[in-house]
Amino acid sequence: MSATTPTAPALLTLKSVSKAFGANQALTSVDFEVDAGEVVALVGDNGAGKSTLVKAIAGVQLCDEGAFYFRGEMVKISSPQDATALGIATVYQDLALCDNLDVVANLYLGRELFTRGPSRAAYLIDETAMEQSALELLDSLAVTTIRNVREHVGMLSGGQRQAVAIARSLLGEPSVVLLDEPTAALGVSQTEQVLELIHTLRQRGLGVVVISHNLENVFAVADRIIVLRLGRRAATFDVRGVSREDVVSAITGAEFGVGAGLSKESA
Amino acid sequence: MSDDRETPLRTNGPIQMVRDVGRKLSQGEAGPLLVLLMVAAIWTFFQFQNDRFLSPGNLTNLMLQQAAVATISIGVVLILLLGEIDLSVGAVSGLCASVMAVLIVNRGVQPVLAVVIALGLGAIIGLFNGFMITRFRIPSFVVTLAGSLAWVGLQLYVLGQTGTINLGDNFVTALTNTFFPPLIGWAVAVLAIALTLGFALLGRAHRRAAGLQVGALRGLIFRIAVIGAAFVALVFVMNQDRGLPLVVVIVFALALAFAYLTERTRFGRHMFAVGGNAEAARRAGIKIDHVRIMVFMLGSTLAAAGGVLAASRLLAVNQSSGASDLLLMAIAGPVIAGTSLFGGRGTVWSALLGAVVIGSIANGMNLLALASSVKFIVTGAVLITAVTIESVTRGRRNSGAIE
Repeated sequence: MSATTPTAPALLTLKSVSKAFGANQALTSVDFEVDAGEVVALVGDNGAGKSTLVKAIAGVQLCDEGAFYFRGEMVKISSPQDATALGIATVYQDLALCDNLDVVANLYLGRELFTRGPSRAAYLIDETAMEQSALELLDSLAVTTIRNVREHVGMLSGGQRQAVAIARSLLGEPSVVLLDEPTAALGVSQTEQVLELIHTLRQRGLGVVVISHNLENVFAVADRIIVLRLGRRAATFDVRGVSREDVVSAITGAEFGVGAGLSKESA
Repeated sequence: MSDDRETPLRTNGPIQMVRDVGRKLSQGEAGPLLVLLMVAAIWTFFQFQNDRFLSPGNLTNLMLQQAAVATISIGVVLILLLGEIDLSVGAVSGLCASVMAVLIVNRGVQPVLAVVIALGLGAIIGLFNGFMITRFRIPSFVVTLAGSLAWVGLQLYVLGQTGTINLGDNFVTALTNTFFPPLIGWAVAVLAIALTLGFALLGRAHRRAAGLQVGALRGLIFRIAVIGAAFVALVFVMNQDRGLPLVVVIVFALALAFAYLTERTRFGRHMFAVGGNAEAARRAGIKIDHVRIMVFMLGSTLAAAGGVLAASRLLAVNQSSGASDLLLMAIAGPVIAGTSLFGGRGTVWSALLGAVVIGSIANGMNLLALASSVKFIVTGAVLITAVTIESVTRGRRNSGAIE
């Protein structure tokens, strides 16, 4: 099961994490690890514990038991600020963008740059510097679909919005990025763009965790697949040399591949 | 759906320009342009009904009448940007003006000091509003509606038996009764145009130096030309009468200051963020409750300032100061001129433009000596229409991403 016990410490490792909501055991002694330059897909049926695990990593929801190791050192994540300080960025499904602000303003929301020199006293925002580095950032991520960074985010397509949200998470120079359902509700070509972006993140040496229901996307983008079922880690697959049927049966709990008739891809 | 949708870059073809204007109009973003058309229509109509409407004397009166409303509206814009509302601005303006008048006339306090105290009282009331809204999560319209009743009561109490206090001749009454000689009026206009042009060109050069896209020079020159023409026309007309009023300069300066605050500073950016998506703002580390409290304080302080200007214009304070349709005018003006009732969208300048629109209608109907019944019905109909347009264009805007 834990086939990948790394010799060098992984970027982020969780050991026997448990979490209960009243009588409902959401996570039972789950191990988890993601390495630098690796895309790990976290899959499982509804209620398998994916969200709970991600919220624990993001510091939004504390777990009852378990240990966190970051670059081999034991750490405590008890608030979102802790996670951010360690270099863990989370992009939630709702993206948390302000539709009435443009791309630049959204990227720098809460960390606007001020002009230097005497105009600093006037609390003037340095729009030029922000726009320049916004363009650089989008460029470095090979995001070519956003042509006008002064366009309001409300006018952008789903894929472009996802790109803005991911780009924003990178401003804090994180080493781990958690993406919650990044391709849900996206069309074919927009999904393609987002997957492309995830590839770029991996090339930059980031550890990427993707939660997804869509196995097709998971196979397109992930290096490893971790399957959660009923709050336990049910299986781990290297994406090469595993069939979709194997993953589906791990998700559903069917011990043997149920046969050729299996065509359901998303729960 | 199609993510290759053409985003309107700065293509300068005339067709593209017309198309842009059409899109902006239908999405309620053309703001100033639409409002100027509206003003032109209203002015033409009333001028045909009564040729004294566009006389320098009447237009100067219009400015003097609307200075107080415009000032209160600036505060209303700030609060609307958060997606909140303050229904107590009328009552607060009346109360603060009354306190000021009592201090000056009955207690012999220096007029300047009395004005400062009135503004301070406004700030405290705003702090109270903001505290109730953020601490106890009471909707702002409830807090401010209940509050307005209390402030009116306090106003009656402060004014005492007589109910009316005449201000006499002092700093306060000078605010709306001071006019600049023609030459100074022209100097102000030239300075304003030079500064507008200078900052626009400077910003443009700065962007170009940084290697960023700059808009067409033609567009900028057109904009400056329109603004410049407006300044020149304003001073020209005012000079035909008593000259450029001090209060017009004051209101412009206030609008400029708050336009700077909302559009150029971090605090202003955070106001827009809170109004657009409060949860996103919170997650971005913005202290949204601080922003809310601050804005309610600014809103009430500006309401107090409007009350001072209204008292200055009336040369007195009485029991109906801040009452009647002042509140509705102050909120309706910015909304007519393009500030959203639903938060996150609008400009401080809409307060000034809106005050001109609303004021023109009220002033014109007064000139025509229409019955109160008609005036109320017309004003109500205009307000409903404005809010409906806002609501419809908002729907179009939001569907813009999906089309």
